[in-house]
Amino acid sequence: MKPGRFTYHDPTTIDELTGLLASLEDVKFLAGGQSLMPMLNMRFTQPDHLVDLNGIDGLAGIALNGAALEIGAMTRQATLMKSGEIAEHLPVMQAALHWVGHFQTRYRGTIGGSLCHLDPSAELPLIALLCDAELTVVGPEGERSVAMGDWPLAYMMPNLSEQEILKLISITPWGGHHGFAFEEISRRRGDFAIVGVGCQLAVENGSITKAAIAIGGADQVPYRLSEAEAALIGQPASEETFAAAGEVARQKDAMSDAYITAAYRQRLANVLTKRTLAAAAQRATGE
Amino acid sequence: MGMRYFGTSVQRQEDKKFLMGQGRYVDDIEFVGMLHGAFLRADIAHAKINGIDTSAAREIPGVHAVYTLDDLGDPYPNKPMTTAYASPLLKQTICQHLLAKDEVCFVGQTVALVVAESRHIAEDALSRIVVDYEPLPAVADCRNALDADAPATHLGLDSNLVGNFYGKFGDIDAAFAEASHTFKVDFHEHRGGGHATECRNIIANYDAGKDETTVYLTTQAPFLIRRLMARYFEEDESKIRVICPDVGGGFGPKNGPYAEEFVLAIVSKQLQRPVKWIEDRRENFVATNQQGDQMWHMEIACEDDGKILGARGRVIHDMGAYVPYGLLLPATSVFPLPGPYALPALDVTLDAVFTNKTCTSPVRGAGRPNAAYAMERLIETVARGLKLDPADVRRRNFVRKDQFPYTTGGTLPSGDPAVYDSGDFHSLLDMALENAGYEDFKERQAAARQEGRYLGMGISSCIEDTGFGPYEGVKVKVQPSGKVLLQTGAASQGQGHQTVFSQIVAEELGVDIDSIVYQSADTGTVPHGVATAGSRVTANAGPASQAAARLVRKKALKLAAEVLEIDEDDLEIEDGIVRATAQSGRNVNISLGDLSFKLTPLMNGKVPDGFEPELEATSFTSSTGVPHASGSSVAEVEVDVETGEVKLVNYVIAHDCGKMINPMLVDGQIIGGVVHGIGNALFERMVYDENAQPMSMNYGEYLLPIATEMPPFEVLHQETPSPHNELGVKGAGEGGTIPAANAIIAAIENALEPFGVVVNDHPVDPQRICELLDEAQARSGAA
Repeated sequence: MKPGRFTYHDPTTIDELTGLLASLEDVKFLAGGQSLMPMLNMRFTQPDHLVDLNGIDGLAGIALNGAALEIGAMTRQATLMKSGEIAEHLPVMQAALHWVGHFQTRYRGTIGGSLCHLDPSAELPLIALLCDAELTVVGPEGERSVAMGDWPLAYMMPNLSEQEILKLISITPWGGHHGFAFEEISRRRGDFAIVGVGCQLAVENGSITKAAIAIGGADQVPYRLSEAEAALIGQPASEETFAAAGEVARQKDAMSDAYITAAYRQRLANVLTKRTLAAAAQRATGE
Repeated sequence: MGMRYFGTSVQRQEDKKFLMGQGRYVDDIEFVGMLHGAFLRADIAHAKINGIDTSAAREIPGVHAVYTLDDLGDPYPNKPMTTAYASPLLKQTICQHLLAKDEVCFVGQTVALVVAESRHIAEDALSRIVVDYEPLPAVADCRNALDADAPATHLGLDSNLVGNFYGKFGDIDAAFAEASHTFKVDFHEHRGGGHATECRNIIANYDAGKDETTVYLTTQAPFLIRRLMARYFEEDESKIRVICPDVGGGFGPKNGPYAEEFVLAIVSKQLQRPVKWIEDRRENFVATNQQGDQMWHMEIACEDDGKILGARGRVIHDMGAYVPYGLLLPATSVFPLPGPYALPALDVTLDAVFTNKTCTSPVRGAGRPNAAYAMERLIETVARGLKLDPADVRRRNFVRKDQFPYTTGGTLPSGDPAVYDSGDFHSLLDMALENAGYEDFKERQAAARQEGRYLGMGISSCIEDTGFGPYEGVKVKVQPSGKVLLQTGAASQGQGHQTVFSQIVAEELGVDIDSIVYQSADTGTVPHGVATAGSRVTANAGPASQAAARLVRKKALKLAAEVLEIDEDDLEIEDGIVRATAQSGRNVNISLGDLSFKLTPLMNGKVPDGFEPELEATSFTSSTGVPHASGSSVAEVEVDVETGEVKLVNYVIAHDCGKMINPMLVDGQIIGGVVHGIGNALFERMVYDENAQPMSMNYGEYLLPIATEMPPFEVLHQETPSPHNELGVKGAGEGGTIPAANAIIAAIENALEPFGVVVNDHPVDPQRICELLDEAQARSGAA
């Protein structure tokens, strides 16, 4: 398990990086390395060039810009977990981060790496989708903006050209009082989720006024349960309502592999949708 | 003199270097001019080889050599390996050639070797080797291996049967004829690999000046490997030296021979360079023996009160593609079947079959966890069928305390009758049940069910035959410096050998434990040993340590008595000083170091009359019979019936390994063993597709139990000394693993009793539990 031969590049500025990108072919980017390093060692990927993003200034950090939380792509998962801004404005992200790998891996793993790797079961793409994140990518042609809904093009394929990197994730948290929840089922703590579900819910006078549900792991890419979101509006925040939303999740297509059947993923999508909605409703109405 | 060391939790003597990062494993060892090997392995489960083209690989700069079987030269193309444990029961003993010849029979089989300046270069070259494979049908599932239309696992085979193993005693026909009840149960048992932290690693270093090959090896059995190599190479044993540096875990698969060490020895001699091969984790999943599958079809006869009259059935046992290990695993799956129960009659036949999968050999517990699971399944089946408390069914069938020594009626693989030496199975079970809160569990369970929570409790009882022979050699030598050299043949993979044997020697000889210098597992320097396997080392090297230390003590006292002109009976030894006792009224002393010096004088010196030189002794004293450890486990689980998830709430194990030399180390062995059993019950599954292509080749897919999934453990001890050695010790290495699977599976079944779910197969995962719940619901809907 030794990687094949590659040329290592260590740019320190975005300009240096974009200059490199214009000239190189067959490139992989090293962010936190939690997926890429094993893939290199197992020779699942054998790029000619490895560009290390860790030394580039200005790619990491969390800032509040008006109503929007701006998160640099190289921000470590552990940093997000400890951030006061995230705790205050985007607690659902921290709820999900507890499920991301192990505490050791979270010190290396980055939000941008997770979004670009786009494993269907990964928690952070699910959260970005749940929160309608806007992504800024940069390349030799300059910057462009991509809505998270348009980010996954296919299984593990983000809306990103070979010469672009993800720079910034911008999320405008829901205003007003609302509840949230994130739950997932994995075989062991820290394993890839079989299915994970996140939701946000606003409730006024016992009926639902706003709902967002995102499901990961069930299908090739994470998705929003839009049909159920729309149907929830105006409904009472009750067990029956949530069970109906769960049934919608169960009806969605799911993938199967050597270990997990589509039917089991659908079962979990149902159960977790129901459970997270109930937990979010409790938070929304509890105080 | 009170017991200062024996029986106390002395801190591990070996740990300082590990804690300081100073352990030395094979991969830490470097030699000038050392080359690095990488093996090309079969990536198809069964295929004919029409040709191998290594020319492109040889052209890569930094590649020193590329070997196929033919390139190794005569006699190797016509010299397959031999099985480590030959048996007349083996019908087809097919063993591998060192590198594949004409045919590959499992994914992972060695096909070629590249030797290069670095591992990177060697791996680059591997991808340039072109093998012309002609795919052949493969057998992936042992359950189908004997079907009339099953493909041949090896070209030219008429049958995939490796051999049969039998467990038969008593009058089985009468038992079933007289029984008030009979029950049938089928179950599939799967055990994965050993998954030691350190994979298998080798350096072979041929010294042309001495015409000797030194092999640094991560093995549990350095002397066994040396013997097998010497026999294979038809070489003097002294020309091959096997050294185990620090080894990061064994768990069974490192106890046998592998093609790689033979190939490296040949290549090092041909190239006259040290050659290192480090097995990477991906290789380890296919290249290192695993344990594999067993399908059991069993039937049990019993009376109304659950008293068992007999058990019979048939087992299909997956051997993998070759037979490196004889029928050892089938044997340990069948002969221990009666477990702690007085079973009047048994008739079980095991069919050991070839499949096109990685070879098999024991993993912690060997077949004993399989046998224990089978017997415990029968107990559960009886309890369920007769609506009896499973604890009561066990009590009714246990061998009683007053029956020891108890002859089961069965025989050991050695041919000797199986005799349980000691124990008290009833009190062990009671101890476990009491600490698990068994008595009021039904109330807690009922209350939880009211809240929609499903709690379950399961029991499992077992015995373990430990300490099988023949011996482990131990040498104790007091040196003029006062240091005491303690050497054993038994290799350690982390168990704490140094600590426990130092405890015994320090106690017996009367020295400070810190004065002991420990050496083991180097065939060039230490007395002959056999293997660290089957919980056998303590009950072999333990008595030998005691005996060797006692001989040294006697010699020291005899010489001291002469030197000090005092009666031997008036002497005692403490902290390495031989001195007159307080009662003797004398005030004289001499150190063991000084006595040693008198026995090993310098030039012109004279060894005292009547003494042999050196204050040393070697002993091969071992246990006089098989010490049987025993235990009862109780697991408590909570099952989420919507997701199928199982949470281990609590795990209590009451264990009896006789006298404990070091309770802390026993606890570590027991808890580690249970964790292994939890893996077997809930997590570890080596998945193959229908073409015998392995699927789970990383730790994201092959799930080992990890800390976050572990329950609180409570380890309780009962000390029933074994009469087979003076120390009263029994083995403790596997007693945690052996009973664990049934305790957990039975707990899940107990939790899901309202739904009528019976699990039977292991490992079981949440998805399967949901399927079983759905099936149960469909049944009750249809009824």
